[in-house]
Parts: sequence; structure tokens; C-alpha cells
Amino acid sequence: MLEETKVKTLDKVVVRFSGDSGDGMQLVGNIFTNVSAGIGNEVSTFPDYPAEIRAPQGSLGGVSGFQVSVGKCVHTPGDQCDVLVAMNAAALKQNARYVKHGGVIIIDIDSFKEADLKKALYTTSDPIKELGITAQVLEVPITTMTKAALESSGLDNKSILKCRNFFALGLVCWLFDRPMESVLRFLKNKFAKKPAIYEANAKVLQAGHDYGHNIHAGVSTYRIESESARPGVYTDINGNTATAWGLIMASEKSGRPLFLGSYPITPATDILHELAKRKDLGVKAVQMEDEIAGVCSAIGASFAGNLAVTSTSGPGLALKSEGIGLAVIAELPLVVIDVQRGGPSTGLPTKTEQTDLLQALYGRNGESPVCVVAPASPTDCFTMAFEAARIAMEHMTPVILLSDAFIGNGSSAWRIPEADEYPEIKPPYLPQERIDAGGWRPYERRQDNKVRYWAIPGTEGAAHRLGGLEKDYNTGAISTDPLNHEKMVYTRSEKIARIAHDIPALELLGDADADILLTGWGGTYGHLRTAVVELQQQGKKVAFTHFRYINPLPANTAELLGRFKKVVVAELNTGQFADYLQGKFPNVKIERINKVQGQPFLVKEITDGLLQIMNQD
Amino acid sequence: MDTQQYTPANYKSDQPVRWCPGCGDHAILNSLHKAMAAVGVPPHKTAVISGIGCSSRLPYYMNTYGFHTIHGRAAAIATGFKVANPEMTVWQISGDGDGLAIGGNHFIHAVRRNIDINMLLLNNKIYGLTKGQYSPTSDRGFISKSSPYGTTEDPFIPAELVFGARGNFFARTIDVELGVSQEVLTAAALHKGTSVVELLQNCVIYNNGIHNFITDRENRADRTIHLEHGKKMLFGKELNRGLVQNGFLLKAVEIGKDGYTMDDVLVHDAHTPSNFLHQQLAMMDGHELPLAIGVIRDVAAPSYNEEVDRQVKEVRAKKGFDSLRSMILAGETWEVK
Repeated sequence: MLEETKVKTLDKVVVRFSGDSGDGMQLVGNIFTNVSAGIGNEVSTFPDYPAEIRAPQGSLGGVSGFQVSVGKCVHTPGDQCDVLVAMNAAALKQNARYVKHGGVIIIDIDSFKEADLKKALYTTSDPIKELGITAQVLEVPITTMTKAALESSGLDNKSILKCRNFFALGLVCWLFDRPMESVLRFLKNKFAKKPAIYEANAKVLQAGHDYGHNIHAGVSTYRIESESARPGVYTDINGNTATAWGLIMASEKSGRPLFLGSYPITPATDILHELAKRKDLGVKAVQMEDEIAGVCSAIGASFAGNLAVTSTSGPGLALKSEGIGLAVIAELPLVVIDVQRGGPSTGLPTKTEQTDLLQALYGRNGESPVCVVAPASPTDCFTMAFEAARIAMEHMTPVILLSDAFIGNGSSAWRIPEADEYPEIKPPYLPQERIDAGGWRPYERRQDNKVRYWAIPGTEGAAHRLGGLEKDYNTGAISTDPLNHEKMVYTRSEKIARIAHDIPALELLGDADADILLTGWGGTYGHLRTAVVELQQQGKKVAFTHFRYINPLPANTAELLGRFKKVVVAELNTGQFADYLQGKFPNVKIERINKVQGQPFLVKEITDGLLQIMNQD
Repeated sequence: MDTQQYTPANYKSDQPVRWCPGCGDHAILNSLHKAMAAVGVPPHKTAVISGIGCSSRLPYYMNTYGFHTIHGRAAAIATGFKVANPEMTVWQISGDGDGLAIGGNHFIHAVRRNIDINMLLLNNKIYGLTKGQYSPTSDRGFISKSSPYGTTEDPFIPAELVFGARGNFFARTIDVELGVSQEVLTAAALHKGTSVVELLQNCVIYNNGIHNFITDRENRADRTIHLEHGKKMLFGKELNRGLVQNGFLLKAVEIGKDGYTMDDVLVHDAHTPSNFLHQQLAMMDGHELPLAIGVIRDVAAPSYNEEVDRQVKEVRAKKGFDSLRSMILAGETWEVK
């Protein structure tokens, strides 16, 4: 039968699942992702969900989406999708705009009755025409067929309707030739404790797959190219889980127990969830009474000798400011994770933005420099969380890790590192010989990197007092001496500046002889890199570098930026990093590409922006 | 186990004490040094953590691990410290502003969680370090720089908050009662879980004599009662007055008068789980009934940090992962060759 079907071979395809927030779109999206990664595809996902847990059924506000790109050279979840699944009229209305020209839209035609259209605020009775859809629309009676498949299951109507998402998944799996046994394995794990639900979902999944066979004549199927990945054991990981695991790796590599003090906040809560589970690795995750208590308990844990972390999003970072200042003056290691979301205030809790950069750099009273780093992708969250912890402990300073909703919730396939792939972390413990020599004071520091020693409470002969009041450079006693204060301010600042010698240099990608350098920081890496590749394919010359270390900047920053006539900074805010770079390097000509819509870049927005800047000359 | 004996001097730092002459904090500091020596936890196994305010300077005067932190947050910082390093004995020092105003939320949650720390609440009913504003324990109508016409709000009674947060240890003392102070601080140290000790303390500069009604030598014996577990609730210069039950309430009587005998006088039971009588005892204010000092409630209950350690041990034994890698490999993975 398959030979009658048109087969398209593609490098990568993008699928978007959409429905009510209770329709299980995130679940089927995740399963599709895992199955694809399992057969060697690169994957990149973008869950796009509403802030309301359950908005009214069928309403525009309750639409939840999950977009995934699978194939080779996948760095983003894709600007537009090849296939859209819309479980109801509202989902179609919210998502039709994301479908590529020539793409396919699968709708559950049973959810397009008059009342459904009304709820989704259509003004005519023909939604396809009203939305100006040119893609091929597959009208599938998903609800009817799900009910038919489960007629004799004994399940009640409500439970039966909950299986609709698996009909859609079955159909999509047929379309993309995904191995059904692997789908069933994920399903079985998910519903291990509910065999009846597993049976029902498996049956509906198969029905959806069979349906694909039977309608084959009307639609193309896809064969997706995959590239041979580096050998190793892989798992699918999202940025928040990767962050949590990176911290655990840092705990193992430093020998310091891991402590998390946190308070739930979207979109960072999954870090708390994961670390709470990891009591099985000895992690202590404490849900404190508020954001301030989160950071303060972590500061207490740090003083006590743990690798101490607090996790939050923008509003929580604002509340933690005073606490971070305490860790600055006490010179204690502290990792602060900010999974950025749209602001100001409560803003757009579930949407992504890069608008906390200046808050992270400067949002404290007094001169209080901290180290700021930003992961570039979901899997890079592992590396950069490890780095944040390493720098915090080895340099005795707070480090703010600026993740964001896009990479925190997004996932990709990740090769599980071998035990020896990450370096040992060596905190500057107070040496026993120094204790024995007598006269040690808590702010005594190493001259090379200005780092003070860490005396772990419980150590005999090293009892000492820290505090938020300014201390004497030599004795560590309270001091209000004007010159001493200035010396301490510059010393703390110099300590952070010298971290530049302990981080990797910027890497230059693309055309080294180009006039234009595209750059950005943190979670926009995939889109920026893809934009550069696309422009090069069009014969344009463009160079690219990406910042994961924000403060201090890598040591070669000035030299590298200075090589180009123009530096274009693309970021999801109104220009915070561009301003930061311009302030540090006034002679560099900086241009900007900005977006503040709570959504990640589209690659096209970056290529268009760059072409426009190129054409100015 | 450390068998070395310690003296109060072992807990004193070399820093000059900078409280005002005559401040009640001096006596409290001395009582604390003595209690620590009596309990015998070595200075390097002891941490003293404070917030902001006059009393919060105390860690600088201790030869232990110490942390003078930020306003209101000492309880949260002490909580993290204790969970992270449960081998250490942790003391938290706060004033009435630090602990009950800006730090009120952390105070009640630390008590509710029953984290094993000793919280000292130095209550002088005034903000001293900011030079004389009313505090959350100042009486209604209290005149201060920030309430020139008298406050128009009711104060917290610290004990009531502790019981509201389901606390298991509450004791009270007065700066001038050195013996009682040492006794309750020792009991607080020995109690597993959050031990709250309210220390009524005189601010000689901004609120001099605020506790005079109960601390005056003339009347102190009649206006206070020193409660001790297992002992009769007796007070008065001659110990001839006692507390008896009067319906659901308490009543102060004179032994031998109105038909009351020693047998009628209640025996203090600090260990009974019900906090009904403890609350009544703690709410006595020196007027109708004498203000209670001593250990009012001391009930054993699982502490937060012990429970965390127990869970970690149990889960680790059950799952048996020896590393992050082994945990990840036990989940969904695939191999690329």
C-alpha cells in the first residue's frame, strides 16, 4: 500500500501538536520526541503552554502547544511546522499561522461543531476559509474513532475522551514512519501503574496508525534523514533537568553535598522537582516559605560547607537581591538559577525572554559584582550549571545562571557523559598548615586570584565570624575605615574580573573574513547559528560568536569584536547585552536585532534583520 | 565524642563588646557563654547566626562559627545551615523587630518545620539600632519616634505565635534573672527541634524600664513565677502563692487562704503534648497572674533535619544509585554505536 503514497525525504521536519491544555499535547509531543531521538534523529522541542492550568475548554486562552523538530542539523524547534495537529477549533485558530506553505494540518473534525467555533470566536461557519489556510487539511473524526475503538473497553466516556491524543499520535507516527514498538514502550512506562489506561491508549494509538494506512492516498509521508551521532549512551533531556543534573555532577566532582533552597515559580519549578527526587543521590532540596528564604537557606548551607543553590525566575531574583549581596560581601559560593520569563512583574510566566540580564548584573545595592553565565541550549544547561557551581566554589562568589523558559522546557537528545569527562572541582579549603601556623583571618586571600579560603564549620581551629558589615582587609573585623572600604570594593571586583582567566575563550564560527559578526548570548544560540548557516547557503559572508560567559566576559572578547566592521547583537529584550557590550567596548560598532514577544526568535527574523543591516552599506 | 571540658571563656571572642553600658544584652551574653559551657558542645561545633539589630551583633562576641546576616533572615539562614551540616549545634539570635516584623514569616515557618535550632528572641519592645521606633511587641498606645501619638495596633505576644505555629519548645527569661537564663538556655540546647527562648531585655537608651512592672525587685517575686517541670507552680517572696485550676482557666491563690491547700496547686508538666495549659501559662502577663519564666513547653517531636536525613538514608538504600551516571542509566536511554 505504501507505494501508492508519495514519500518526501527531508533533512528535518517540524511537527506541532496543539489542543486544550487538558488534551495531553505535551505528553504525546514528548513521546514523539523520545521515539525520534531513539532512532537517531536530532531533536529540539518547544513546549508552548498557557499560564492557566485549565482555561475553559475549547477557548483560545486554553490552547497548549508542543513543537518539535526532528532530523539532522537540528538546532531549533523550527520557525514553522510541516505538520500541525489541532485537536479543536481554538487550537487551529491559534496555530494555523505556524504551518509552512505546503504543510499538512490534521484536525479533529468532531471538535468543529457550531458551538466549538463560537467558543473559539470564529465569525463564519468555515474556519479553513476564515483563517485563509492554504495547507492541506486532513479532517479526521478523531473523537468518533476513539470512541469506536474503545466501545467495548468498559471505560466511562470521560476516560475514553482522554485517549484522543493517542489517536493523533498514532496517525503522526504513521506519517513519519516511527517504530510503534518503541512508542508502546514509552506508553507502558508512563502508565505502568494503570494497566487499563495503558491498554486503552495502546488500542487508540494503533487505531490512529491504521487510519493513516487507510487514507494513504490523500497525503504524503516523510522519510527523515538522520546523521550518525557521536557514539555513546543517550537520553532525552530538557534544560531544567539538565541544570539539576549539572549541579549534581558538580557536587560529585567537588565532594561537597548539594543543597537547594527554593520556592516554586514558573518556569523554574522543575529544577526543584528534579532535585527533590534526587534524595536518592543524597541531594537535600528544601522548599522554603518564600523566595527570600530560598536564597537565605542556601547562603546558610554555603556557610555550612555545602554546594548551595537557589532556583527561581525573574520576580524571585528581584526578591533574592539582598541575599545575593550578603553572599557577595561574605564571599561565599552560591549558585542562583534564573529561568527567565516575560516581565516586568508577573508578566508572562510561561513565556520566554532574556530581560533579566541587567537585573542579574546590577540588581543589588552597593558595588556588588557577581559572575553571570548563560547556557546556550537545553543540553548546555548541564555544562553551564556545572560551570556555575565550579566557578562559585573555586572563586568563592555568587554565580547567576541565566537560563530561560525556552531552553528550560525545551529538550534535545543528550549523550550521557562518562565519569571522567568533567574536571575535579577544587574549592580553596583553608589548609591545615595555615590553621596550625596560627593567626588566620577569614578574609585572608590568595594573591593570584584574590580568592579567600573556605573554612568548613566543624573544623577545629578555624572558627570565624562572617557578616554583612564591611570587614577589615587584614583582620576581618568590622571596619568603617574609608580607605579600607574602597580597597575591599576593588578587591571584590578584581576577584570577579580574574575569573576571565579561568573560562574558555570565545569561539569564532562562520566566515572569519566577513565584515559582520552576529552575536548573542544564552538560549538564542540555536536560532542564531541556524541563521548564519542559512545566510552562508545564500552566499552571504557572516561570522558568528556566542556568549555563555557574561561577567566576566571571555578574555579575547575585545580582540575578537574588534576584528569586525559591525557587530550585530540579537537578543530577546530591548538591547540589554548590546548596551553592556557597547559600554565596555565603545569603539565597536554595534547593531541590534531585538524581539520582546515572549516567544523565541524565528530564524527568519534574524536572517531578515541581518540582510537589512548588510544592505545599509 | 569530645570529652574535653569547656569553660565560658572558651566561647568568648577577642572582640570588644560594643553594646551600651547597662544594656540587658551583656547579661544575656554571659548567660549564653555559661549555658554553652554547661552543655559542652565544642566551640568549633557551634554556629551562632543572627539577623540585624543591636542583639544581632552577638555572633561577633562568640568564639564559635558565626554569621551576622541581613535583616529578618536569620531563621532562614540558620535553617539552611542546619539541614546542610546537621553535626553543628545552631543558635539563632534575633530581636523583636528582626524576628517578628521583617522576619516574621521565617520565624513561624522555622517553628512549624521544627528545625533543630535554638532561637533566642531578645525582646526589648523597641527598635534600638534605628534609634527608637515601636516594634511589633510594643503595647497598644506606646509612644515612640514613629508613633508620636501612640500606636494604634496590638502587639504580638511571641509565645502565642510559637503555639500558633505548633511549636514544641518555649521558654522565657528576663535579662536580670541570670540563673533562670542559664537554665532555659541549657534546656533549649538539649531540646531536639526548634527551641524558642524569649529573653525580656532592657534597652537602657530608648526604652529604659519597659519591663519594670515585672522586674522591679520590690514586686518581682509576686509578678513572676519560675516554672520547672515536675514542680508545684508556686510564687511570691515566701513561695506561699500558687496557681490552681479554675474551670478551664488558671487562678492565683494564697496557700491556706479561702480553703486552698498545697494539694490544690498545679504541678508543671512541660512535656505534655497538649499545649492548652502551656498556652495559658505563657499568656500570663504579671497583672492578674504572674508572668511565667522558665521552660513552659518542652515536648519531643521529630525535627525537620533528622527527618530529611532519615529519608535520604531510606531512599538511597532502596534505590542504590552510586552516582549521577548510574541514576541516569537506570532511566530511558538508547545507545549509538
